[in-house]
Amino acid sequence: MIVPLEHILVLAGLLFFLGMAGLLTWRANMIMMLVCIEVMLNAVMLVAVGGSARWGNADGQLFAIFIMALTSSEVSLALAMVVYLHRRKRTVDTDLFSELKG
Amino acid sequence: MEQIIFYILAIVTLIATVLAISEKHPVHAILYLVTSLFAMAVIFYLFMAPLVAAFEVILYAGAIMVLFLFVIMMLDLGHPEKGLSPHWKEWLPSLLLAGISIASLTIVTVSRHASSIVSPVSLPIREVAKRLFQEHGLAVELISLQLLFALVGALYLGKQSSPSPPLRPPSASERRAGGEEK
Repeated sequence: MIVPLEHILVLAGLLFFLGMAGLLTWRANMIMMLVCIEVMLNAVMLVAVGGSARWGNADGQLFAIFIMALTSSEVSLALAMVVYLHRRKRTVDTDLFSELKG
Repeated sequence: MEQIIFYILAIVTLIATVLAISEKHPVHAILYLVTSLFAMAVIFYLFMAPLVAAFEVILYAGAIMVLFLFVIMMLDLGHPEKGLSPHWKEWLPSLLLAGISIASLTIVTVSRHASSIVSPVSLPIREVAKRLFQEHGLAVELISLQLLFALVGALYLGKQSSPSPPLRPPSASERRAGGEEK
């Protein structure tokens, strides 16, 4: 552990809320929404690894690896859905996919 | 020395992330995000997690970001002039909300007394693997099932909805048309 845990938490919080701000702002573009979700998950991984280094426990690293596997499956499904939606309407604008709106 | 490297890498990560989420061009955003992920991998390496650092480079920067690039290039989305980028006024409410959250987090963590810097504990990969496959074996099985479901779902979504035309040898006129295209 080379820096206090608080600094890691502040860095992870900055990354997470940057991703959240991007997600709220880019809500019209599906690809950029997925990119911002990647940023947020990466910040969560940083917290897990920092905790693992702080207490010398391997579980944090394992959680980071689990998050990575989760992210890969999430991205593959989400990008397949983006390809599917783009095939239907020739756009990735989320505002145009509102047929289920009552 | 390692503290200085950590702070430099933290600044690199933050700047690359800010550039990634504010970039109008999706391909440039992905490349900035790859930069951020590389810096993050070195941070993981500094925190005695070389396995996670290697997976970060191989899986995140190597596989997932390349998947993003493939989809962006395949769908021909790299045109910011098509008007999906937000106006700068749309940044204000989200930045306000994120700023409030960041400020509260910083105040809470700083108001507590700083934890002492304990000596680094090196976790050998053997121990990590033992924990992974002995105590979290069920989680490994669940992750493998989840990856299988994602594979099946991606195949189902990627399948063409219209039935593909039956395979038959191209007729003479089609062959001629194909030759003209070439």
